Amino acid sequence: MEMPIIPFLICFPLLVSVLMFTIRVNKIRNAVAYISAVAIITGTIVLVVQWAIGGCKPIELYVEVEWIDRIILGVELFCMCLLTYLCFKYKKYWISLLSICPTLLIAWLDLFGPEREEIFHIYVDHLAILMCLIIGVIGCLIVIYAVGYMHGYHHLHTEIEDRRYYFFMLLFIFLGAMFGFVLSSGTLWVDAFWEITSICSFLLIGYTKTPEAIVNSFRALWMNLLGGTALAVGVVLQVIDTGNDSLQLLVSGAVLRNAGCVIPVALIAFAALTKTAQMPFSKWLMGAMVAPTPSSALLHSATMVKAGIYILFRLSPAMDGQEIGSMIAFIGGFTFLAASIMAIAQSDGKKVLAFSTISNLGLMVACAGVGRQETIWAGLFLMLFHAVSKSLLFQDIGAVENATHSRDLEDMHGLIHRLPRLGVFMFIGIAGMFLAPFGMLISKWAALKAAVDAHNIMLVIFIAYGSATTMFYWTKWMGKLISATNDPPFKDITKRNEVISLTIHAVLMIALCVLFPILSKIYVEPLMLEMFGVAHAVLPMNVLYMLVVLICFIFIVPLLAYVFSKRIKDVDKIAYMSGINEGDDDSFTDSFGEPKKLVISNWYFKDLFGQRKLMVPCIAITTAVIVVELVIIIGGTLL
Amino acid sequence: MIYRVISVILFLLLAPLVGGLLDGIDRKISARMQGRIGPPLLQPFYDLKKLMAKQTIVVEKAQTFLLLSYCATQIFTGCMFFAGEDVLMCFFVLSTGATFLVFAGYITYSPYSSLGASRELIQIMSYEPAILLSCVGLYLATGTFNVSSIIQTPISLILVLPGFFFGYVFMLSIKMRKSPFDISTSHHPHQELVKGITTEMGAKNLAFYTITEWYENVFLLGVVALFIVNKNPWSYLAAVIVVLGICFLETLIDNVSARVKWHVMLKVSWIVTILACGINLMILMLINRG
Repeated sequence: MEMPIIPFLICFPLLVSVLMFTIRVNKIRNAVAYISAVAIITGTIVLVVQWAIGGCKPIELYVEVEWIDRIILGVELFCMCLLTYLCFKYKKYWISLLSICPTLLIAWLDLFGPEREEIFHIYVDHLAILMCLIIGVIGCLIVIYAVGYMHGYHHLHTEIEDRRYYFFMLLFIFLGAMFGFVLSSGTLWVDAFWEITSICSFLLIGYTKTPEAIVNSFRALWMNLLGGTALAVGVVLQVIDTGNDSLQLLVSGAVLRNAGCVIPVALIAFAALTKTAQMPFSKWLMGAMVAPTPSSALLHSATMVKAGIYILFRLSPAMDGQEIGSMIAFIGGFTFLAASIMAIAQSDGKKVLAFSTISNLGLMVACAGVGRQETIWAGLFLMLFHAVSKSLLFQDIGAVENATHSRDLEDMHGLIHRLPRLGVFMFIGIAGMFLAPFGMLISKWAALKAAVDAHNIMLVIFIAYGSATTMFYWTKWMGKLISATNDPPFKDITKRNEVISLTIHAVLMIALCVLFPILSKIYVEPLMLEMFGVAHAVLPMNVLYMLVVLICFIFIVPLLAYVFSKRIKDVDKIAYMSGINEGDDDSFTDSFGEPKKLVISNWYFKDLFGQRKLMVPCIAITTAVIVVELVIIIGGTLL
Repeated sequence: MIYRVISVILFLLLAPLVGGLLDGIDRKISARMQGRIGPPLLQPFYDLKKLMAKQTIVVEKAQTFLLLSYCATQIFTGCMFFAGEDVLMCFFVLSTGATFLVFAGYITYSPYSSLGASRELIQIMSYEPAILLSCVGLYLATGTFNVSSIIQTPISLILVLPGFFFGYVFMLSIKMRKSPFDISTSHHPHQELVKGITTEMGAKNLAFYTITEWYENVFLLGVVALFIVNKNPWSYLAAVIVVLGICFLETLIDNVSARVKWHVMLKVSWIVTILACGINLMILMLINRG
């Protein structure tokens, strides 16, 4: 079967990126960006429909690919030269080694290495389709949002050179690379697309060219390249030991504890830890927040970091009960707890989102590490819901920053009164991250149950404590949003396209909650069947239906309560303030008889939960665990 | 099915009575411990009646709506529990309801109310791990989260889950906002003027809050009973006795201890949780595996 839609999804964004770079008239470029985004969404839907018409069966394509291999090798060599040039330009010489060594290794393998068996290079199954939907729909919505956002961004930050052509070029390259990544089943191709996404991320973080951005971008680069190096070594070992570069064969080999497959799986899983910013590699994702918000939303929350999760899910059958699985589960669970504790001490909105992203990714990584069918069920839902609500939150905070010139949580006091539309979107987004009927919480619950079933004591404890801290930092943020205030409203300068993207996200999120049981039945269970050969939902159907009742309840009760509370006759009174209230609820009479403005601030516990205090020990613990486990795995296999 | 309906209806009707009576007993015993005569046993109901009759005065209109939502979700939690549904789900809904209360504190201009809300959040953060782990314990011991199946257990679960039981009971004094962990309401000894999260709740709103607390307490004590009951009908009597004993214990601790600072509460509760629940969990899992 020929499927021209697949090369279209990979190549079309790359072509558009060339257009983005060449068109220097903003209006025309924006129009092209809109049309291309819609075309990519349409393409994704066409792919899904074609696959569904084919009976939702796995599709395998592209056996003869020698000339494509050559093109990909050429691209990799070009990337290597580019990175080496940039590393020398900014005097970070040693980082270039992390690009040169693996690329040359791969080039050697490609040109002079052992003969490889013929394999399918493209593989489309449920998991790949799910990823395509996330990338296609959410990715393109973010591009649409970015058009409006970047306009406002350059109005606000006049000191930064306007290089929107470059920004959009990178966004589209990234989309193409992501499609390539999730659709490939040859590890050599996976490696190539992996490198491209790392480079896009690096260049986008450095977009503003401020000293801080440059430092952070190089930190992101070396951490991601370190993972890339591990991946490349893993691929080379796999080809030498097994004579092929198929991801499917690698996983099935590792399940049978085939010695040639265990080390590559361990190395690829290690690479995934860097991509998903798990401890000890979390710092690059924090630093990545200096980039303009669309790139934070697209790369550093909704899609690119999910690439690491995706590859772990692919490997997960090979993790159940294995040494590498327990390492991944530990690192993931630990990161889930540690990052959620550190999020409490942050007052910069984007930093909170970043820590929350790391923390949720940790939970997904842990689910993959346990490697049971139940945990993957939970992990998939976590991934889906997280992509939607986090993307909504990032876009919203970007729009808020454009309007209020601040993204500090303290400045969001009473945002729902001062900037109602964005305030409500933010409220919905946060509710989606942790409140009862919403998907994230249900998935967390499923993860807890699955961890108990898998007898993973550490993970159960991590989840129990981690949910408590997660609840804390989100609720205090929400409380800040709805606090009463007398400050005047801000002027809402959010562009229409930004609102369109935000609205679609919010609707999507609520729809996903209601469709949860159906989604589980018709999509995730077949996926499980495909991956594990068995499928039973973690949460029984009656619980899922109960959840739908609950959702209706949670939405209807506040509505009824609202109507009812309107009918109660009440008398307004000013608040009690210890000192005499000046009458405006805003200030009180202090001990000198002067009016003093009242400022209510949240708790951050910087001295207890601060990043400065906790980051170093956390990095030390996780590094030790990774080093020891990798030595055990590699040593144990070789000896 | 019919039993479930009856049990839910009984809960809806009786829980406020039981909750109010327990409150009255608590106040009476507290008074005796302090050498006072104390109010009549039915004083909480008189208070409630008076609150309902008063003119509603609010500092922020939206507070009423949030409190009503809080009230409805907590009652719904209890209904789910007494209908024999999933106990973990009950606690998730309970914590969603608790966030409504926190919002009701945050939404006002009042610094006391806001601070009370922040402190309530810390309380939630302190007790949440113990609650989740207790649910896990019940699941490990019986293989199900469903209350209707858990009560069919052949032996009382406290025998296999002593650590979880201790952790849960310890957590109850935080959840019920009793001294030494009453930092969000400053309730002790029932006569402070500036009362944390409830500072700006007046008249009907305070009445809603009180009723909700009664419902919530009955639910929480119901979970205590879950550790005791088994197939034998007599175990229900034992459960009632244990629950009353726990109530007395809470009152006693309430009266003999002074309020602690929030970080002491957080540290102590987390450490107790990890020691009591964590070790019990580890033993259970090792036994189950073998």
